[in-house]
Amino acid sequence: MPAPWQEILKKIDDYRWEIPPSYKQGMSVPGLIFASESMLNHIWQEQVFQQVANVAFLPGIVHRSLAMPDIHWGYGFPIGGVAATRIKDGVVSPGGVGFDINCGVRLVRTNLTEDEVRPKIEQLVSELFINIPSGVGSEGKIRTSEKELNEVMVKGSRWAMEKGYGQAEDIIVTEESGCMKGANPDKVSSKAKKRGIPQLGTLGSGNHFVEVEVVDELYDRDAAKAMGIEDLGQVLLLIHTGSRGFGHQVCTDYVALLGEAVKRYGISLPDRQLACAPINSPEGQDYLAAMSSAANYAWTNRQFIVHWARESFAKVFGKSQQELGMRQIYDVCHNVAKIEEYTIDGKKQTLCVHRKGATRAFPAGHPDIPDVYQGIGQPVLIPGDMGRCSYVALGTDIAMKESFGSTCHGAGRVQSRAAAKRSLRGADVAKALAARGITVKTGSIASLAEEASEAYKDVSEVVDITHKAGISRKVARAKPIGVIKG
Amino acid sequence: MPEKDFEIIDHTADVGIIAYGADMRQAFVNAARALFSLITELDDVEEVLHRDIELTALGEEDLLVEWLNELIYQFDTESVIFRRFDIIHLDSTQLKARSYGEKVDSSKHKLKTGVKAATYHMLKIDKGDGCKVQVLFDI
Repeated sequence: MPAPWQEILKKIDDYRWEIPPSYKQGMSVPGLIFASESMLNHIWQEQVFQQVANVAFLPGIVHRSLAMPDIHWGYGFPIGGVAATRIKDGVVSPGGVGFDINCGVRLVRTNLTEDEVRPKIEQLVSELFINIPSGVGSEGKIRTSEKELNEVMVKGSRWAMEKGYGQAEDIIVTEESGCMKGANPDKVSSKAKKRGIPQLGTLGSGNHFVEVEVVDELYDRDAAKAMGIEDLGQVLLLIHTGSRGFGHQVCTDYVALLGEAVKRYGISLPDRQLACAPINSPEGQDYLAAMSSAANYAWTNRQFIVHWARESFAKVFGKSQQELGMRQIYDVCHNVAKIEEYTIDGKKQTLCVHRKGATRAFPAGHPDIPDVYQGIGQPVLIPGDMGRCSYVALGTDIAMKESFGSTCHGAGRVQSRAAAKRSLRGADVAKALAARGITVKTGSIASLAEEASEAYKDVSEVVDITHKAGISRKVARAKPIGVIKG
Repeated sequence: MPEKDFEIIDHTADVGIIAYGADMRQAFVNAARALFSLITELDDVEEVLHRDIELTALGEEDLLVEWLNELIYQFDTESVIFRRFDIIHLDSTQLKARSYGEKVDSSKHKLKTGVKAATYHMLKIDKGDGCKVQVLFDI
């Protein structure tokens, strides 16, 4: 018997599946899922088709409501969803960005090899754990006044840099140079600011982590070299975190505010969590100003964390950060809405691209990527779960044509947190990881089970689909040897 | 009416709750207890302080989301965990409540899950035989 989804989806090729607008009345464009046939069996169980279709209701949406292969059931938008809306008559939706505004990934290279790091990995992971505040309700070592927090919102990474956290080159290799324009602290509630002040410079909990990893596969040696990844066995540092309670509150505030705007502007939506407002309305502009403030908070946050991580390496290996060659490769966000230009049906259009659990993937030659990557394209950083591996990829021209310069963002959950906890114990997960040569330190051993490999799709399968579909291309793979989690 | 006060429902990325009560007031109380049971073990929490909340919203569903988001906000900014809730007034647009609990003490409270927000996705209030409410949290 054919799987039920086969009656719904129109196969375009092995990695592209269309949800026709006839699937649900009210869709103004088709949906498009990047996935393999075997992956669709799982996606179907999750009913993410409904969520992809619901996004296609958004006023002003163009081309397709897109789903990356790591798609899973979210709230409102699916996680792994991309939607672009016309500036002139389209909407912006906070749900299309998510609560963790500018959740993202930062990758740093080192001169160290696995052989040098392995003997000291316990010490290194302990040092990282001490140096980087993490866990539920953790408070940072940074104390800011509200005035300083306002500066963080406007300046982004540069604010931390000016205080001595980080290397000047970090900013060059950060999306938007670590600072989105248009941020306005006046559009951020005092509640968000109150949540943001104590949490600046903290990793948080859930799937956020700092990982020490070893390059174990190179798919494009020249491109890898251009990023500073020279050989197998080289040690890298990967950071995954976002805007903490600050961003969560900005989203909470604006979903409520835009819920009211939906009624005012007479917009009809199939799910309240898709609350939105015209981009050109005061409400839409206010959200974008607040979202940009939260995005800049997140970049500042990762700027602090990368500094403490480098300090930890320097202390454990008794060498300076420069001697260790700890240069940032890139920092990219995967929960954000950006104003970008695309050519659709031969016409140049300015669009608001929502990426919720999707990574920007601009090709070589794109004006928005740093000079050093003009020749190869923008690095795309795709973390996997802590037991498997992560990938470094590059943006492509196909992504510009088909997916609004976007690709996948990670493995994508297959098992709920509760189900993972029922079937696995945190202590057993830690033991299993140790047996595979991965040292883990966490504030909550119980929640480790939630993040076990078994709870996620295999990131390699996800990345292969984006590679074969051509919306990003693989450069290197790395496996974790040490992880700290909140 | 089910015997339990609340249950946790599976959602791939996040966590939902269903809370029951003889009336809406009790269901709102149990929803708040479900929220804090995700964060820590309620049995480890003592009642040493209280905080008041007064809210106005457009309707019952909005009120439920805003009530839970206000509690998340208090936890996140003051590190207070609540175990008991006294809803003094509740109608379709207004809520007045006092919550009892204590500050997080890492020596006795094991924090399990960080909750980012209550969402409007799958939000439901059923008033048939008693009251049943459903909320999905982003965690």
